[in-house]
Amino acid sequence: MNAPATQPQAAPRLVLRGITKRYPTVLANDAIDVRVGVGEIHAVMGENGAGKSTLVKIVYGVTRPDSGSIEWEGRPTIIENPAAARHLGIGMVFQHFALFETLSVAENIALALDERIAPAALAPRIRAVAERYGLPVDPGRLVHSMSVGERQRVEIVRCLLQSPKLLIMDEPTSVLTPQAVQQLFATLRRLAGEGMSILYISHKLDEIRTLCDSATVLRAGRVSGTARPREESAASLARLMVGDDLQEARLTLREPGEVSLQIKDYSMASDDPFGTALHHIDLTVRAGEIVGIAGVSGNGQKELLAALSGERIGAYAGAISLCGVRVDELGAAARRALGLGFVPEERLGRGAVPAMTLADNTLLTGSRAGMVRHGFIKHRVARQFARAIIDEFKVKCAGESSTAEQLSGGNLQKFILGREIRLAPRVLLAAQPTWGVDVGAALLIHQALIGLRDAGAAVLVISEELDELFAICDRIAVLTAGRLSAVQPRAALTVAAVGLLMAGGGLA
Amino acid sequence: MIGFPWRLEKRAAASGWMRVAAPLIAAAAMLATGCVVFALLGKEPLNALNVFFVQPLNSLYGWGELLLKATPLALCALGLALGFSANVWNIGAEGQLILGAVCGGGVALFWSAALGEWALPVILLAGIGGGAAWAAIPAVLRTRFNTSEILVSLMLVYIAQLLLGFLLHGSWRDPEGYNFPQSQAFDERLILPVLLEGQRATIAFPLMLGLAALSWLFSTQLFAGYRMRVSGQAPAAAVYAGFGGSRNVWFALLISGGAAGLAGVCEVVGPIGRLQTDISPGYGFAAIIVAFVGRLHPLGIVLAALLMSLLYLGGESVQLGLQLPAAVTGLFQGLLLFYLLAADLFVDFRLRRAPPLDGRRA
Repeated sequence: MNAPATQPQAAPRLVLRGITKRYPTVLANDAIDVRVGVGEIHAVMGENGAGKSTLVKIVYGVTRPDSGSIEWEGRPTIIENPAAARHLGIGMVFQHFALFETLSVAENIALALDERIAPAALAPRIRAVAERYGLPVDPGRLVHSMSVGERQRVEIVRCLLQSPKLLIMDEPTSVLTPQAVQQLFATLRRLAGEGMSILYISHKLDEIRTLCDSATVLRAGRVSGTARPREESAASLARLMVGDDLQEARLTLREPGEVSLQIKDYSMASDDPFGTALHHIDLTVRAGEIVGIAGVSGNGQKELLAALSGERIGAYAGAISLCGVRVDELGAAARRALGLGFVPEERLGRGAVPAMTLADNTLLTGSRAGMVRHGFIKHRVARQFARAIIDEFKVKCAGESSTAEQLSGGNLQKFILGREIRLAPRVLLAAQPTWGVDVGAALLIHQALIGLRDAGAAVLVISEELDELFAICDRIAVLTAGRLSAVQPRAALTVAAVGLLMAGGGLA
Repeated sequence: MIGFPWRLEKRAAASGWMRVAAPLIAAAAMLATGCVVFALLGKEPLNALNVFFVQPLNSLYGWGELLLKATPLALCALGLALGFSANVWNIGAEGQLILGAVCGGGVALFWSAALGEWALPVILLAGIGGGAAWAAIPAVLRTRFNTSEILVSLMLVYIAQLLLGFLLHGSWRDPEGYNFPQSQAFDERLILPVLLEGQRATIAFPLMLGLAALSWLFSTQLFAGYRMRVSGQAPAAAVYAGFGGSRNVWFALLISGGAAGLAGVCEVVGPIGRLQTDISPGYGFAAIIVAFVGRLHPLGIVLAALLMSLLYLGGESVQLGLQLPAAVTGLFQGLLLFYLLAADLFVDFRLRRAPPLDGRRA
């Protein structure tokens, strides 16, 4: 551990010294040093909230540091704004792409370039770059018809057109299938081989160990260590990142009970022109089991959840039953009364009201648990309920009078999950339960879901994280383009097989 | 780098202190700007402020006028605030107020004899019903056809004004009224009793205070009020929790329409005493300002209504005392709302000195 990074022959491409950035509530970066050599793939790793995004924004000129210095190819530099960063030769591929869906690839790229070039004139250059790096992209294609992986390629090609010397990739694999990840890595290795430096932002240990030459690990805004990932184990990297040893959640074998949630041949059109229609979904979840639905977001997850929760009752065919009762015409409140719990993907604004206190937020779904009598709110009961959630799920906050927006993403997620679990649902839906949550909180969430399963509830988890699904699910299915594959026992599946299904091949 | 050395920075949490202070800061800024305006008009500012804000309250009669004008403002604003906090934007309280006056006035003109001693309560209920029915039109259109209640309720104001004019120029006109567009004066037993002799404020003022207390109870203690607040602050959370959207729209519009209708009928069976074409000097629109200056909170609304009422009285006072135009009232109202919106920025943001930069430019 703490082995020095490889010393490149020339001056390093980028050196950050003592970068510090303070926000009103948090010291996001505290005296951070990073050094990226020529042709080096350097990982900046850390949990959510460790300060990775802030650091990247500083390098790309989006934010200014409060103190510290930046050296670019040996010269002290101030990066005033993203245009200046691009002028220096820094390119960035964002986690969430900024592409106009109704425009073509060439039009999108023309809009993003600093120089003004007609899209038609740009097309041959796009083709040349795409060919050279093995990134198949058709300049004339409309973006809305492209998969997420293809859109990412557009973003990479856009950066490469400006022949950058440093390419920043912010969590690039969070939206990709395992196969697409392998393709991306091949491209990145090739770019590095030609002398481009790559700053690779991620919290996924396995990827960093396969891809990166060196790594800077951030924890709570500070550098907690530097490492050569190939010489480390996943466990030792995790220790650097989290500062503690982690125990994985365990699933004990258990015989599932009667069917609690049944979806039969369910189809529904999408009300959003860029949404996904659901086609003939068949799924049963029994009491005492966790069923996982894998797949890249945008393949019908949102629509399936809205149909199951009762938030959207559009034109549909098929049937949904909850504990033996047909519910497809019932609204969200009626389904909840039958024993449905739901942890939505969006926490602020959907799972919780941002400006309301945690006590008031328990009322959102908990009104049936004795918090309302004769139409009057029992504030005392709501406060007690909120306190119980905070204690049991170790929600870090100032108390039940804190507002939801004051909590960090992970703590709010623990609160929402805790609220739904303490309402003792017979069926729980959980969407991306650990998305953006730190490793410790993710573990607690996994254990809570397993606890609910062991207590006899049926749990349906929809997630992009395959590792998560393999850790906590009894059975797994894959949702691709609005179609659900057959649900198979976890033991019968491999990550590669699920990846193939995610990419749309071999639908069962 | 040359530039403004201060920058706006988002606060970690909305400042509760600033939320209360913003209306006070806005009122102070309104007074300061008012001084400048008076000076530009060639009036001695302090004297003008005295005429505007102090002289109207020199007598019992003046205090009565203050309460009298504050009552319809607060009634309309209390109803509007319920809707505003639930994301239902009723802009047409003025029209609902007129319809309340028309329906209440209609009962007073044509059925009061048959109703006997029940006439006054029935008149008030008819006023509430008229306002609520007028507000039901945007409710139907919004819940059925997804139209904007902002536009519909606003347009209905003009229809209400024309309807009132149509009746008073036509069949409801007083035959002995020398062709003025007004109805017969109502019978004395149909007029709301005044609070004290020697002034004009009626029992509508304590009635309004009671409704303010009910509104507080509703929004803080009742689950229905909670559901409306959730719909206003986080519509997706309301859908998630299964709080039906159209129920809230109906509720908000019926309550605010009914409250505005009550305000209207209390005017015609109060200080006016008959139906006429100008019932309200824009109470329904000024109530929008009152609702926001009062932070959508019942107590704040009562205080803001008193302030707004004083602006009306002061405007009349400077017209008489200093020969200034009537537009001065609107000017002060506008200043108040303008400064309030500006001061509200600092609820969520604060000014901070820009951090100095170290290091050299490349």
